[in-house]
Amino acid sequence: MLTPVVDDDGAPFWEYAARGELRVQACAEPGCGELRFPPRPCCPHCHSFDSEWRRMSGKGRVWSYVVPHPPLLPDYAAQAPYNVIVVELADAPRIRLVGNLVSGPEAALNSVAQERIRIGARVQVVFTEGAGSEGGSALPRWVLERP
Amino acid sequence: MTGAGLKDATAVVGIGQTPFAKQLPESEKALACRAILAALDDAGISPAEVDALASYTMEETDEVEVAKAVGFGDLTFFSKVGYGGGGSCATVAHLAAAVATGQATVGVAWRSRKRGSGPRPWKNTAVQLPTPAQWTRPFGLLRPADEIAMLTRRYLHEYGATRDHLFNVALACRNRANQNPAAMMYERPLTRDMYMTSRWISEPLCLFDNCLETDGALACVIVSAERARDCRQRPVYVHSAAQGLPAQHHGMVNYWNDDPLTGPAWTAARHLWKHSDFTPEDVDVAQIYDAFTPLIPLSLEGYGFCGRGEGGAFTEGGALEIGGRLPLNTSGGGLSEAYVHGFNLINEGVKQLRGTSTAQVPGAATCLVTAGEGVPTSALLLRT
Repeated sequence: MLTPVVDDDGAPFWEYAARGELRVQACAEPGCGELRFPPRPCCPHCHSFDSEWRRMSGKGRVWSYVVPHPPLLPDYAAQAPYNVIVVELADAPRIRLVGNLVSGPEAALNSVAQERIRIGARVQVVFTEGAGSEGGSALPRWVLERP
Repeated sequence: MTGAGLKDATAVVGIGQTPFAKQLPESEKALACRAILAALDDAGISPAEVDALASYTMEETDEVEVAKAVGFGDLTFFSKVGYGGGGSCATVAHLAAAVATGQATVGVAWRSRKRGSGPRPWKNTAVQLPTPAQWTRPFGLLRPADEIAMLTRRYLHEYGATRDHLFNVALACRNRANQNPAAMMYERPLTRDMYMTSRWISEPLCLFDNCLETDGALACVIVSAERARDCRQRPVYVHSAAQGLPAQHHGMVNYWNDDPLTGPAWTAARHLWKHSDFTPEDVDVAQIYDAFTPLIPLSLEGYGFCGRGEGGAFTEGGALEIGGRLPLNTSGGGLSEAYVHGFNLINEGVKQLRGTSTAQVPGAATCLVTAGEGVPTSALLLRT
């Protein structure tokens, strides 16, 4: 499975994810405070380079989804057809995260039946344990609020 | 030159292409040389007179290699546009700007690819592409088809468009390819039953929603309008040209702004029409970038042929067929002629305005050509 190829701007997101926290970058300039995703060096609204990572509730709704079929990379082909979803966060609907709808944090990418997936479904973030070792990443994944 | 600068100041006077196939024996470089020499021969211009080049990324052959192989003269302008298929029309736009402003006199744009027999770009996981991959690829959103399928699902949901609308696009392209002996799908008709029962690639996109994989090359030649009058072929004027990179755009994973379904087409279109004497209603035929069928309804909206959310309905009633409101991709396009990152759409636009298309729109005098939607894009309005 592919692990995130993390850059300087994105690193805090993954560090918080490893602690089980879903945080989104926000401008730290008083009077601005705009959230932004993906993370970037400065605020596109006020141009401040000061930022903070604001904790989200982890609740959201499915904004869209796809079901990939082969040809795919081998680890993914083995689980195909599986789902990939885009979640809009309840705290900030303009912030959307790509992820997978799963039956539990460590479940397979195809662990939720496709018929259960629909746009608008309420979901809650969970985190994988990650590889544990250096270089491993905890991934945010999503479970249905009402499974 | 008038105040607008580019309007009708330059013309495409030569086009050339190689055969299109799943596998061609020659190298990408050799194919590039063949297409370029064919285009110059079509124009009746010697390679030694060429002083400007334009190409776009995801092509391995560079200017130095091409120039020394085909015997160009001294080059005084060369540009390479980013974002793969989004750059196709921008090559012509850059050359038109160079010629119109006196930076060069004879420009050549080209595209050569071995995408039919070569590797699929998404299989190289070391390349992060233009996509901010850390946010998408670990979750199995691996291929351009997956990224566009995500926007497609949302589009179908928001506006009530259906797979039948996507089929209308695939069918129009296939019908034109069936008229074009050079098309890879020349002898392969498509039916609704074939479409609806084909295998999925990334739901909601099936096999026939995806473009071909092709080896092949094309090129075209741009000179000033004044010089064009002395060339071998009827000039096709570059009436208006635009690039488009919208504010807060994220490429094919455009999930992170206020309105993900308003893509680069909207930005390019605003500039294109602002500098044009024509409106969408005046367009006789269109060559719209079709790596995936849903790019057509999205582009129809972006370029102003219909309102927001009406792109699906626009395809009904044979609108995209010959005799319809807007005949589309009359060589078969990327879906059914060849997928050469959209350069075949440029050359087909020229053929329509010369009156030499294999699916000629009677009396066509204006043609819109667009580059890849969903990435930083470009577009041309060509006229007779």
